[in-house]
Amino acid sequence: MTSLTLVRRIKARPSIVFDALTTPEGIVCWWGPDGGPVLVAETDPQVGGRIRVRFRMLDGSEHEGSGEYLEVVKPERLSMSWHWTGGVEDPGESLVEIRLRAIVEGTELTFTHSRLRDEETRRSHEQGWNGALNKLERHFLQANEAAGQT
Amino acid sequence: MVNYHERLGRTFSALVDPTRRAILARLEREESASVSALAQPFVIKLPAVMKHLDVLDDAGLITRTKVGRTVTVQLRPEPIREAMDWLRRYERFWSMSLDRLAAYAEGKEAEVRKKRR
Repeated sequence: MTSLTLVRRIKARPSIVFDALTTPEGIVCWWGPDGGPVLVAETDPQVGGRIRVRFRMLDGSEHEGSGEYLEVVKPERLSMSWHWTGGVEDPGESLVEIRLRAIVEGTELTFTHSRLRDEETRRSHEQGWNGALNKLERHFLQANEAAGQT
Repeated sequence: MVNYHERLGRTFSALVDPTRRAILARLEREESASVSALAQPFVIKLPAVMKHLDVLDDAGLITRTKVGRTVTVQLRPEPIREAMDWLRRYERFWSMSLDRLAAYAEGKEAEVRKKRR
């Protein structure tokens, strides 16, 4: 995986979504993969300004990342460099780009995280792990479904 | 307890070898197989296959059950899921975060509308 794109349709106007993305008050409410707390949220949403976020996951592990705003056009576009820091691995500097488009029900958010220079992922492609893993995961999911049916 | 990163390391090391991947792929198709049946398609000798099975067993990717003189091997896919989760960790991170962002923004939108009434 060298990039990933996610799209969300949100029932809120673009300016509200933009503020949620760029203010510490907003970030502490949504950042992170589970219900664990955000410990640090610092933003300076202007070109050249910094962002830093530190959060704790429910398993107790803490993670931090930081970056620099490269493009700030409220309430439409936001892009920033991003670097996960302090982990066991160093995935390098990546690029986060967010586009907000006004739609009838609110906002369509397109999120792209690219330039993921992920050594393990690259190697996994080269060495054929991915195919094997995908196949085996399918098996795992089927086994789960079968278990659920009995 | 073996920690998370050690477990991941073992899973990926186990998967590096094409013979071991072939064994896992076969177990994925056939549910279970005896050691001798697993060894059959390979040019390598049975002891070498046994060594590969040891590596897979250490990584928690297979279980071996002995009934009489026959050892039956089965796939244990949990480490695979963990490895997949790791490979997809960025996707999972942002996906969960954006779901929460949407909920938060929608709450804010509702507040703004309420105030205007």
